[in-house]
Amino acid sequence: MTPQGLYCEPGGFFIDPVRPVDRAVITHGHADHARPGHQAVLATVETLAVMRARMGEGGAGAVQQPIGPGEVLEQGGVAIRLVPAGHVLGSAQVVLDWQGSRAVVSGDYKRQRDPTCAPFQPVPCDVFVTEATFALPVFRHPPPEGEVAKLLKSLALFPDRTHVVGCYALGKCQRLIRLLREAGWDRPIHLHGALAALCKLYESLGVALGPLEPATVANKAALRGAIVLAPPSAVQDRWARRLTEPVVGVASGWMRVRQRAKLRGVELPMVISDHADWDDLNRTVDEVGAPEVWVTHGRDDALVHALGQRGIRGRALHLVGLGEEDEGGTEAPPATGEGDAAAVRGVAAGTDVAAVSRGEGL
Amino acid sequence: MSVPAFAALLERLVFTPGRNAKLALLRDWFATQPDPDRGVGLAALTEELVFTTAKPSLIRDLVAARTDPVLLALSHDYVGDFAETVALIWPQRGLRPRGAAGGEHEAQAETYIVNAPPPALSEVVEALELTPKAELPALIGGWLDTLDSSGRLALIKLITGGLRVGVSGRLARVALAEWSGQDVAAIEEVWHGVAPPYLPLFRWLEGRDEKPDPREAPVFRPLMLAHPLEDADLAALDPPAWRAEWKWDGIRVQLTAGPGGRRLWSRGGEDITGAFPEIVEAMDFHAVLDGELLVIRDGAVAPFADLQQRLNRKQVTATMMRDFPVGVRLYDLLFEGTEDLRPLPFDARRARLEDWVARVSPPRMDLSAQIAFASLAQLGGIRDGARAASIEGLMLKRADSPYVAGRQKGLWWKWKREPLSIDAVLMYAQRGHGKRSSFYSDYTFGLWRPDGEGGEELVPVGKAYSGYTDEELAWLDRWIRNHTTGRFGPVREVEKHLVLEVIFDAAQLSTRHKSGVALRFPRIARIRTDKPASEADRLDMLMAFVERRAAPEGEAAD
Repeated sequence: MTPQGLYCEPGGFFIDPVRPVDRAVITHGHADHARPGHQAVLATVETLAVMRARMGEGGAGAVQQPIGPGEVLEQGGVAIRLVPAGHVLGSAQVVLDWQGSRAVVSGDYKRQRDPTCAPFQPVPCDVFVTEATFALPVFRHPPPEGEVAKLLKSLALFPDRTHVVGCYALGKCQRLIRLLREAGWDRPIHLHGALAALCKLYESLGVALGPLEPATVANKAALRGAIVLAPPSAVQDRWARRLTEPVVGVASGWMRVRQRAKLRGVELPMVISDHADWDDLNRTVDEVGAPEVWVTHGRDDALVHALGQRGIRGRALHLVGLGEEDEGGTEAPPATGEGDAAAVRGVAAGTDVAAVSRGEGL
Repeated sequence: MSVPAFAALLERLVFTPGRNAKLALLRDWFATQPDPDRGVGLAALTEELVFTTAKPSLIRDLVAARTDPVLLALSHDYVGDFAETVALIWPQRGLRPRGAAGGEHEAQAETYIVNAPPPALSEVVEALELTPKAELPALIGGWLDTLDSSGRLALIKLITGGLRVGVSGRLARVALAEWSGQDVAAIEEVWHGVAPPYLPLFRWLEGRDEKPDPREAPVFRPLMLAHPLEDADLAALDPPAWRAEWKWDGIRVQLTAGPGGRRLWSRGGEDITGAFPEIVEAMDFHAVLDGELLVIRDGAVAPFADLQQRLNRKQVTATMMRDFPVGVRLYDLLFEGTEDLRPLPFDARRARLEDWVARVSPPRMDLSAQIAFASLAQLGGIRDGARAASIEGLMLKRADSPYVAGRQKGLWWKWKREPLSIDAVLMYAQRGHGKRSSFYSDYTFGLWRPDGEGGEELVPVGKAYSGYTDEELAWLDRWIRNHTTGRFGPVREVEKHLVLEVIFDAAQLSTRHKSGVALRFPRIARIRTDKPASEADRLDMLMAFVERRAAPEGEAAD
């Protein structure tokens, strides 16, 4: 653990560092994990493409090294592999093998089906580094198909109202579109400007999304009874005034708790998350069989408690700077959400963790 | 269907702020649900169903036996509402137990073993009434096992009370009317004569049977309402054809008493009998009356704030009945015995009412006095002269008007007196709901008072969310966004620079407000960009508006 973030000492590289470094491995393209200004960046082909789209050619690293599925890279005696994490397109767990022991840094992940990215693969390991965004037993994400059915039922009940759904630009938006297509919605889906670029990128990487149109003011009549997707912060703000009697929805794991949804004035909460819920976090830890689990960010108190009851050593890393984009933030991020380069913050690190890190081979 | 269908309706209603959207959801419920569940659901929404057997402690014990105490505490702390915490944390039955390592069971991990279907609403209602107390925990625990989280929340709220989804009985009846095409007034008249699950009502509304006959059962008759009087309407009035009374600032009620029982109804047809036992005790007659419920002390009407102490309470204590004694000022007589007087002209009903009061002289009730006037100018003078807080203005009733449901133009007018006004400083703003959800449309404003250290401080005196034009709303919204100093959830604190002219009907002492004063119907009259905040009004000046319980002229002796 260093001020820059999670550091692999024998390999001499960082994973998802919050400040510019020489060598970085990036798990996925959300702005709190993929920050601009690194020298060399190692990531999946898709993640590098996302980074270029959001931060420009230069922002995604002076040297960009893609690593394919099954490919293994040696760095200072550490074997590095990237394995799908099921979070968003290109998202990966970092598997590190060093002197006979293995650590897996999961980045953000989920276990639910997602038609826009490869599914999570559990990798048995000695140390599992996990997120804990939804690590309270009240968070159990229902099947997303049922949440999409709620939206379609509402459209049938209120055929003249525009249904606007707040969703994050990278991942959630495209997953929602695919789920709608699977449910039989083949009419055009209208997009807020901030969502268009990444949808185009997804399509170029082979994720077909069907007819998409901009949700422009000129289009007001066409938006009656239509589905409009927008960043969560825009759905109740001035931008949404162009819509006809909108039904405001938000697709997020936080919608599970009514108070939270009500406080935000959401009329149609949709519990769809790209993070593992409580059951899946626990199941994943059990499946990888690691005796030691480090929790990067989120509700580490509850998860560490539950792990302890099963004889698994859990450690809270309190990584600052993670969980700021997508659902990790308790409040919606700014409407732009794209590559907020300035959001570089310090890291509160426990020195004991650094010692363990060396001992276990990170 | 069953509890899950009801849960889906509840969930939609909870999150739906708009009245029209709520109506659409209710119409869909009536159209798609089978009997008797649709009627049971309707009764639950309008809080006609009350269970006393299952206590919240029962739920607490059930969940404690199934969850880790630390995780339950952390979750409760996060969620806030205990019923919702239980609904969310309740272990899914059949889920693979934790602790076994290895990924070989991945495919089965998310399959739940459900071997009992969720209960029907009517089944829940019946079982709760018939099951011995000792067997309730097992019964309720078993139901919770068959439901998903929103079903569990619906069930817990249903059996422990307090659905709170913003559906009044009135709204439900309007939805019934829209769905069936029947007149809402006709539904009102039978509503209280049928019991959940309302099978005869639904048969009638679907054209499968005659209209249910309430017979002797006490039912609500929709009230006759008045239009606000505009200047043009006033000019057109012919004084001899009109009757005037004070418009009292209490709550409009209907009293129904006879062999079938005694009921006190609110303006919207809610049964408020239980909150006012002393009135019910005094209703020893066979008639239907229209009047104003007021707190009356020594013959003088107390401000509305006093009456508020008696509203929305389930339990009435002897202390409350002593400190806030209520009475009814009678406006109209709808039925005498079984004779329906509503088609008669107002003057004829009034004569019957005066005669009835003289004959029956029920305790805690008096006549609303009529105000004699020869000209509109004279009447205007009387209106302006009334300064008691308990008077809102005048009621004008056409001498030949029958008693008809609702707000028919040209029969009854309400002529409120001129509002009071203060110049206050905008302190906080909150987003509105529905169409206004993107606008900061609710404004908390304050006045200056000494801060005890030689300076002055602002103290909030009220909140207003009407009175402005669309243009003013857009301007205020922009100003607030550009002058925000702090955010608390949906609320913004703003720079204390902007002066608003706020008008209101009365100022009354209040122990519930920091400033010690509460405003009746405050609304924004003007934005005073011309006035610096330091020149806004002082709290002293508002306190001078607070009227005490002076009896106005023209008031009948109690």
